[in-house]
Amino acid sequence: MQADAEFVARDPAAHPPALTPIYKTSVFRAPHRPLLSLENSLSEVTGPVFGQNELGPLDADLVLNYARDGGAPIGERIILHGRVLDGSARPVAGALVELWQCNAAGRYRHRNDTYDAPIDPNFGGCGRCVTDAEGRYAFRTVKPGPYPYRNRVNDWRPAHIHFSVFGSGFAQRLVTQMYFEGDPLLRHDSILHTVADPAARERLVALLDLNASVPLHTLAYRWDIVLRGSRSTLFENRLQGN
Amino acid sequence: MIPRDALGYLPETPSQTAGPYVHIGLIPKQAGFDIFDNNLGEAMVAPATLGTRIRVEGRILDGTGALVRDALVEVWQANAAGRYAHPADRQDGKETDPCFRGWGRTGTDFATGIWAFETIKPGPVAGRAGHRAMAPHLNLWIVSRGINLGLSTRMYFGDEDAANAADPVLNIVEQPERRKTLIARPETRDGKPVYVFDIRLQGEGETIFFDI
Repeated sequence: MQADAEFVARDPAAHPPALTPIYKTSVFRAPHRPLLSLENSLSEVTGPVFGQNELGPLDADLVLNYARDGGAPIGERIILHGRVLDGSARPVAGALVELWQCNAAGRYRHRNDTYDAPIDPNFGGCGRCVTDAEGRYAFRTVKPGPYPYRNRVNDWRPAHIHFSVFGSGFAQRLVTQMYFEGDPLLRHDSILHTVADPAARERLVALLDLNASVPLHTLAYRWDIVLRGSRSTLFENRLQGN
Repeated sequence: MIPRDALGYLPETPSQTAGPYVHIGLIPKQAGFDIFDNNLGEAMVAPATLGTRIRVEGRILDGTGALVRDALVEVWQANAAGRYAHPADRQDGKETDPCFRGWGRTGTDFATGIWAFETIKPGPVAGRAGHRAMAPHLNLWIVSRGINLGLSTRMYFGDEDAANAADPVLNIVEQPERRKTLIARPETRDGKPVYVFDIRLQGEGETIFFDI
């Protein structure tokens, strides 16, 4: 095992704790005992490797990937793009980025979603891509609507898109949610507020990016994702380039 | 866009729960629709994969003992020779297996709460420098509604007593009783090895979760 591949420890302040009573489901799903800290071995610094060749040509285009007979989903068309970086601001190339979301009305295509807003026949709600050499990803989709859920009786999720990201090692595995700049529901959302630090919450909010929009066709939002960095250990078994 | 700290480092993107509809993005078939030609993580083993075929299955229980029926579980494991399909694994004398990626994902069943992988038994992997080899194990990662940051644990095999007793990770668990929460019970079903591994998120018999 080479020391140069180890990941830096997660900063607990960057993440929500397991137990966050404002988000009620967490109360019985949070471990009571402390996590056991484990120095990285091969099991943690390795992880599955994905290739562009495993994906279909429309996988990153949610406007087209479930559209039937030339139809299109209803809703605000957006491009969603950004970079996957590590803690040293290096691009993470070859990262599998997957996302899922509800439609413009706030309804998920899922057998357990009983919200009475309609399913969109031309919208599935999932996509995926692999980052390029600069760590860039890009999707096209429609902006999701807000969505009520059972927490407090009048809780509504802000418009959000779920993201799942793989880095180079399984210890970098991350699932999160992306929100949209200026949404007034952000002030009220119990799940976003499981993250205590306001600056950390800000990092989950995508910004309107007019430069990346397509005039007369599609608006754009930009959101960068940061995975854990690796240690650049100067002295352990050997001196390393920094 | 993301402010760097005083040393120029970027803070990690905060985690958020995967929510109850994680299947839409990661296992669309379980959500109830078909969209991708290639469903990643669905099948771990091909006919040409080397190693002993095993089934691994279990349930996830919350702090009241109720089944968690909406969780997603991913596994990451070495091949039969004890090597990971990743460029950072440079162990000498162990071959890669082109027919085994070592990664799979599945959901707990909405009715029974059972998750399962059809895979192969991994070989032992080298430990950190200066440590003993690690006993055969699966690395598991669990997300669901109500879990704010994915939970990492390991599953060891109940028929590997000698290797488990020498495992450098099991041995850092201070309380011997807690080590048992990481060891799957071996069974034989229709002549095939099955390992049963229940995960208890909270309370009595709470599974050990790692900060990796």
